[in-house]
Amino acid sequence: MTSPPVRPPRRRNVIPGFGLTFGISALWLSIIVLIPLATIFLRSAHMGLEQFIAVGLSPRALEAYRLSFGTAAAAGVVNAIFGVVVAWVLVRYDFIGKRLVGAIVDLPFALPTAVAGIALTAIYAPNGWIGQLFDPLGIRIAFTPIGITIALIFIGLPFVVRSVEPVLADLGRDVEEAAATLGASRWQTFSRVILPAIGPALLTGFALTFARGVGEYGSVIFIAGNIQGSTEIAPLLIVTQLEQYNYDGATAIAVVMLLVSFGVLLGINLSQVASRRRMGA
Amino acid sequence: MNRNPVSESRFARAALITIALLFLALFILLPLFAVFSEALKEGFDDFAEAVSTPDALAAIRLTLIVAAISVPLNMVFGVAASWAITKFDFRGKGFLITLIDLPFSVSPVVSGLIFVLLFGANGYLGPWLAEHDVRIIFAVPGIVLATVFITFPFVARELIPLMMEQGKEDEEAAISLGASGWQTFWHVTLPNIRWALLYGVLLCNARAMGEFGAVSVVSGHIRGITNTMPLHVEILYNEYDFVGAFAVASLLAGLALVTLVIKTVLEWRFNLHHAGARH
Repeated sequence: MTSPPVRPPRRRNVIPGFGLTFGISALWLSIIVLIPLATIFLRSAHMGLEQFIAVGLSPRALEAYRLSFGTAAAAGVVNAIFGVVVAWVLVRYDFIGKRLVGAIVDLPFALPTAVAGIALTAIYAPNGWIGQLFDPLGIRIAFTPIGITIALIFIGLPFVVRSVEPVLADLGRDVEEAAATLGASRWQTFSRVILPAIGPALLTGFALTFARGVGEYGSVIFIAGNIQGSTEIAPLLIVTQLEQYNYDGATAIAVVMLLVSFGVLLGINLSQVASRRRMGA
Repeated sequence: MNRNPVSESRFARAALITIALLFLALFILLPLFAVFSEALKEGFDDFAEAVSTPDALAAIRLTLIVAAISVPLNMVFGVAASWAITKFDFRGKGFLITLIDLPFSVSPVVSGLIFVLLFGANGYLGPWLAEHDVRIIFAVPGIVLATVFITFPFVARELIPLMMEQGKEDEEAAISLGASGWQTFWHVTLPNIRWALLYGVLLCNARAMGEFGAVSVVSGHIRGITNTMPLHVEILYNEYDFVGAFAVASLLAGLALVTLVIKTVLEWRFNLHHAGARH
């Protein structure tokens, strides 16, 4: 398309529709997201601090947070390690079926969580394909925190791979060559040169896996066992409170979860801004 | 000694590829295979019977209805928001983009909870709604609202980066040649963004049909009335009707596979990047 003979002055925007499109966006955002989300804070403001602490930080709630945050962190660590291996293999090597492998990495984003939940339970139950291998050894996977962690590994798997992949692809080979010329072994080059470069992306992937894992429900409740105090995750506790029409209890737990998740994401964003500043980029 | 200084030994390569493939096979392919294997365990007849019971058909119908309402709503919103954000300069633009992404960082259960707090029997608008005999929670409107919330960012976040990159010269040219705003949108902008739009709609639809946590909180699990397919899977599973649960689940897994195939084709053909890692 050719440009117009006389360019309009820089400040004037000739494109119409700002009022309409901004109006639709602001209205829809308010109705669907902002007003509903605000109710949760409104409700907790009505409760009073004492009552909020009594429910939101009750021993049962604390057990649930510990389980949810602990298993989400464990899944994040596993995914960080294997996610880098998968991303590395997809970016650096050629092998048969590579495109197919690249495509199936996204399956956890596309597969409904309840489907993943019952499938993993069938596999890891004591009579399941993998569960029966461990049952004679006295190791139970389904209905224990190990099972919860496995479900969260599945759900979070694409986050690290998709965060690290583009950074690894953009990484110039010249720094690696320089390191090798200076006598670094391949492992030294990886741990001292490549790992710091993909570090921020890796941290992002970990944080996304963690945040998703803390709130995850569908894939976890089938494999969790849902026993109070040992395999009851925080989102399930919210559902239990709601089923008893205890709206305040559900709200208090939800607020604690939201604050911790936002806190983690914010902290990671800030640390990345700081590291970018240090690198001078 | 390694000949090539910036590459690994053949052994290391083979080992890394093996580790990656085993990890993916164990955590992704095995569950997928388990769904279809369990669904067809008792033969195809039992499978066909399980997915054609009245309750299953009602669940399939409701899932299609919910997606048919919520996906177009979020499509219109996504296009409007991307137009406002990428064609104009205004204060608080970055903040607006952050707000659009907000539903991704909220637990599905909390996404359902907020609508219960608003419209539930003990919620802010509950008494008023009861007086006027309007049901939102434990009824279809609540399921639609929760689904719209969950899938809110999908279309916008595919379009915004692309339209930002494309700039606004094409639209400015069309306008200065006398095209109206709508003509410019239909004949200039839409052809430029159609594949990314399709990509966003595809992911939005997959999530809308598969959402479990948020819908579970607002649905009330009334068989045949407020049961979507994922909720029906749960009910059958909890009743120990495993073949039935996995049969309905296999339909959803099929949807996921079709989504992945179209998504991959779009990425190859039109060079659409993986739009960030957050879906």
